[in-house]
Amino acid sequence: MSRAALARQKIEAAEARLDGLILPDGATWATEARRAAEARVRAAGLPQRRDEYWRFTNPAPLLSDEVVPSSTDLPEESPVFGEVDRLRIVFVDGIFDPAQSDALEMAGLEIETLAEATATDIHWAKSVFGVLEEAGQKPVDRSLAALNTASAEEGIVIRATAKAEKPVALVYLQSAPASEAMIHHVIRVEEGAELTLLETGPAAARFSKVMEVDVADRGTFHHVRAQGRAHERLAHTHAFARLGTESVYKSFTLTANGRLTRNEHVVELTGDDAVAHIAGACVGDGSDFLHDDTVFITHDAVNCESRQVFKKVLRNGATGVFQGKILVKEGAQKTDGYQISQSLLLDDDSQFLAKPELEIYADDVACSHGSTSGAIDDEALFYLRSRGVAHEDATDLLTLAFLAEALDEIEDERLADDLRDRLENWLKRRK
Amino acid sequence: MLEIKGLKVKLEEEDKAILKGVDLKVNAGEVHAIMGPNGSGKSTLSYVLSGRDGYEVTDGTATLDGDDLLDLEPEERAALGLFLAFQYPVEIPGVGNMTFLRTAVNAQRKARDQDELSAADFLKLVRARAKDLKIDAEMLKRPVNVGFSGGEKKRNEILQMAMLEPRMCILDETDSGLDVDAMKLVSDGVNALRDEGRGFLVITHYQRLLDHIKPDVVHIMADGRIVKTGGPELALEVETNGYADILAEVA
Ligand SMILES: Nc1ncnc2c1ncn2[C@@H]1O[C@H](COP(=O)(O)OP(=O)(O)OP(=O)(O)O)[C@@H](O)[C@H]1O
Ligand SMILES: [Mg+2]
Repeated sequence: MSRAALARQKIEAAEARLDGLILPDGATWATEARRAAEARVRAAGLPQRRDEYWRFTNPAPLLSDEVVPSSTDLPEESPVFGEVDRLRIVFVDGIFDPAQSDALEMAGLEIETLAEATATDIHWAKSVFGVLEEAGQKPVDRSLAALNTASAEEGIVIRATAKAEKPVALVYLQSAPASEAMIHHVIRVEEGAELTLLETGPAAARFSKVMEVDVADRGTFHHVRAQGRAHERLAHTHAFARLGTESVYKSFTLTANGRLTRNEHVVELTGDDAVAHIAGACVGDGSDFLHDDTVFITHDAVNCESRQVFKKVLRNGATGVFQGKILVKEGAQKTDGYQISQSLLLDDDSQFLAKPELEIYADDVACSHGSTSGAIDDEALFYLRSRGVAHEDATDLLTLAFLAEALDEIEDERLADDLRDRLENWLKRRK
Repeated sequence: MLEIKGLKVKLEEEDKAILKGVDLKVNAGEVHAIMGPNGSGKSTLSYVLSGRDGYEVTDGTATLDGDDLLDLEPEERAALGLFLAFQYPVEIPGVGNMTFLRTAVNAQRKARDQDELSAADFLKLVRARAKDLKIDAEMLKRPVNVGFSGGEKKRNEILQMAMLEPRMCILDETDSGLDVDAMKLVSDGVNALRDEGRGFLVITHYQRLLDHIKPDVVHIMADGRIVKTGGPELALEVETNGYADILAEVA
């Protein structure tokens, strides 16, 4: 297909998708931002199979008019992070549910819904909403995110002005099998403030989420999420982050199940001495499973550290994708960039596709990246079995050991332990 | 207890015979030693008995108290009470030594229809056993064998044996890499387990270990066969004269 033909196809896809959506109306600052985002979508078009940026993942299911239903009939289990003292904000099929949510109040935080924030004439969120997303449209189009900015009316807007006493938990519940959710969160962590954000659950059969996070100087933002276990669900999520001087941004995602998941992280280190850690663990089972982590980290300041750790366990024909890039701009000296993506393939039918990239325009930097695919270590497996551990249990133990390195990236031990226990149970249940 | 008859084994991948007809019987309460030149098949015998992949049994049998071992999965053999202290213990990054021990102990208890040990009981037991072998708490926390010195790995094998209390213990060169004091610790660990109901098969190159763990029977293995069997004096003979005389005598 020619370049022009691809461009035409993308624009047609954008027109078709936009025609099927009712975009929010209004006359506030947000309307302007949404219209601008809509224009971005129309100009760039929506991703197609041939896009280089979507080389390993077919975006078609994310764009179709019809949402394929996803079963909501899952084995009972206790809520993720249920034991952690947290402020719960519940969305059902992508719609904020105040009845099930805690009061949106916590010392050190201003919490509003996106609807509330966008209804006011003047709001701090104006400097973030659609702004970080737009900045993240270079050097590649991420039009699905722009589409989300243009159309999402649900979401949460948080401003942290001090150290939040407990995590804010966004709990996504799905009730309708063919639900579609579009959610857009806007977060600003002010100077020296600290916020931990948790996300859990299958939000909908098809879920589009954008999270824009602006971390001011010396601010700290932690993000831990467990993507829902529904087998048929589709999700594409974007996190756009801008990091100030000496700020910290750490994000971890656990993914199990789902037909198609694409998680994009676009992080810009704009202040000196900032730190960004992005990690993920994923367990995929079955030939209709595809999980894609796409990460783009830009170093645009001195002495910053970025770290990407991604681990995937794949079996029965599952596919894992990792695209990760570290861009070090001119002048971003003393950059410490690290990236590792690894897969454990439990059979020959499963595959891991990785595209690690470094692009460096400064001379005094330390950047490394690596990507591996491997099978279970037979020697270790036999050793365990010779001690009486059954084959499947030994495989589970080695699988968890493989994922442990990613889970170790979670700083809060309570959160890490919860996810570790859950993973163990999920692995057991699959037998 | 352990009875091996006419056991012939070749490599699965290539047509290479390693064991060429091994006969061996260890009765409950006995300690047997196997000595023999490098490459004679001692480790292969221990691996085949414990169920490692990569070998094909072409003839013969191996039973533990009448149960056919060769038909079973490695974990089933372990549940029957077979234990192999590896010549080269395996490192398992990411799996804590404690988790490993607890999983193994409870898996075997479960296979034998016993209740799992409570966390507290397990901890008490493992602490006591580890102390006997001078294995410190820090080593228990580390991933299985990762970063352990050669001697620490061997002590860790004996700790596993002490925790699992197997009926038939095979020790493959557990003495290699041990300093004099560690040799004593390990031997004490083994001797503490010696009793009427338990059998040992100790593979070693050196008489020194057999000073501590006194064998009832000594076998010499060469080129895939047991070529000579005798009492403890056989080990002394090997120590002074090497294998040349024995091999010439049986040739
Ligand atoms: N997987 C394998 N592939 C190729 N050769 C093998 C394999 N396993 C064993 N062998 C060969 O079989 C023979 C017996 O090996 P084994 O390890 O059993 O000897 P050993 O008596 O334990 O020797 P050592 O005293 O050195 O430990 C050797 O020649 C060895 O190279
Ligand atoms: Mg050997």
